[in-house]
Amino acid sequence: MPETDIAVLHHSAETISIWRRGVNGLATLAAAASVVLVLAPLIAVFGYLIYKGIGSVNWAFLTQTPKPPGETGGGMANAIAGSAAILFIGSLAGVPLGIGAGVYLAEYGQNRMGNVIRFTADVLNGVPSIIIGIVAYSLVVLTQGHFSAFAGGVALAIMMIPTIARTTEEMLLLVPNAVREAAYGLGVSRWRTTLSITLRTATSGVITGVMLAFARVAGETAPLLFTAFGNQFWNWKLNQPTAALPLQIFSYAISPYDDWHRQAWAGALILIVLIVASVSAVRLVAGRGMLKGTS
Amino acid sequence: MGVSIKVDKLNAWYGKTQALYDITMEAPANRATAIIGPSGCGKSTFVRCLNRMHETVPDARASGHVEIGSMNVYNGTSAVQIRRHIGMVFQKPNPFPTMTIYDNVAAGLKLNGFHNRARLDEIVERSLKMSALWDEVKDSLRKKSGASLSGGQQQRLCIARALAVEPTVLLMDEPCSALDPISTGKIEELIFQLKEHFTIVIVTHNMQQASRVAEFTGFFLLGRLIEFDKTAKIFTTPSDKRTEDYITGRFG
Repeated sequence: MPETDIAVLHHSAETISIWRRGVNGLATLAAAASVVLVLAPLIAVFGYLIYKGIGSVNWAFLTQTPKPPGETGGGMANAIAGSAAILFIGSLAGVPLGIGAGVYLAEYGQNRMGNVIRFTADVLNGVPSIIIGIVAYSLVVLTQGHFSAFAGGVALAIMMIPTIARTTEEMLLLVPNAVREAAYGLGVSRWRTTLSITLRTATSGVITGVMLAFARVAGETAPLLFTAFGNQFWNWKLNQPTAALPLQIFSYAISPYDDWHRQAWAGALILIVLIVASVSAVRLVAGRGMLKGTS
Repeated sequence: MGVSIKVDKLNAWYGKTQALYDITMEAPANRATAIIGPSGCGKSTFVRCLNRMHETVPDARASGHVEIGSMNVYNGTSAVQIRRHIGMVFQKPNPFPTMTIYDNVAAGLKLNGFHNRARLDEIVERSLKMSALWDEVKDSLRKKSGASLSGGQQQRLCIARALAVEPTVLLMDEPCSALDPISTGKIEELIFQLKEHFTIVIVTHNMQQASRVAEFTGFFLLGRLIEFDKTAKIFTTPSDKRTEDYITGRFG
């Protein structure tokens, strides 16, 4: 290339550089603005919840059952416990099944059967939650003859499975094939490799998927309406109608009493705090097992 | 002790594409045998057929006769069982990222149900010493992840992992291609020492490496074994014109 051309190149490089710096600045600004836009509703929701709810959160609210209509005071202790029970049942069924399905899809599902399952899971993911509730109603409530925490758990499990299955699959597919080959090369059988190597390598991602599904169903009201049904009193039997926070919030919010409105706000605040707390707790415990230098 | 590898009329396919044609050769015990040839000539496929890793690829299959010591690779015994006796080191270092250095080395034994603590400690130390990594990691065995090591260290960790299961044969598929010259030098030195205990088959793109570490060399081209002989002979007076063209850099 002749010298003159290089000079031109240098000159234009300078102008390009100014232009590029400008574009770069704009792009960074746009990205930062997007972050603010995305975070703003979250902060607004949380802030408003605290503003409206914190005043009604007190010891009685956390330890007592609801008072009869018209009386003030009382609390949502039974709903908190009920929610915990329903979520526990839902997770007990939904997490292993979802992870199992995800493992199948990632490790053995590169075939027609896998595609059918994948499609089914995606459709199930999009089914309105009230319909899941109706399904659990006809499967469990109608056959057992009464509403129950168990029926609510089944409804939530059905909602958790497709989300967990698909995220587990994606996380397992992110594990490089070289890692699987390393295990095969050591004479480790395929199922053992899947269980002890692939799944273990993907653990943190799988946990994220599980917690995402958990947090989503924890706030579901519709599938519990005619499965867990709700209860104004303490109930220690899993086969009886059981109170749940979202249900309690729902019925209090549509009630005509100011005190119940305030308690609905408090309930919503407690629900969010509990979800955030349980997700963080699981992350902390799972994170403790992780090693330094693990990406 | 190492054992010899006898390969007779080995053919391999990926789906309908044939990758290896009637490979017949013998790698003697306690020697290093280098496999050279241009990209896509079937070198990797060949070593992966020796421990039946080839068939882990969907639609891949192989036929023929491979004998490793007294073990008949393609007759009766399960692939998993075969692989327990044959160590393999891959092109890119592939330590288990969520495991400690110690667990990486012990993985082959632990995952196959061997849990004797004292024996494991002993084996891990011996394997890491053999792979010349012990001094660099002995203080962080249980603290650091295998993935936190440098590339060259990771590859030596993978060698230690392969040695821990006490194989008779060590297959190395371009073990240095992702490493810098210093790490490469360390691993070549290692191959020299390991020959005392194992039979080594090493795939390499680097002809100098083949001439440095291997007593025997096989030249592959388009899925066929063109020439197999003493390394010195291959690199000085090859019998086949194609071998000569390749080693003098006329193609490939």
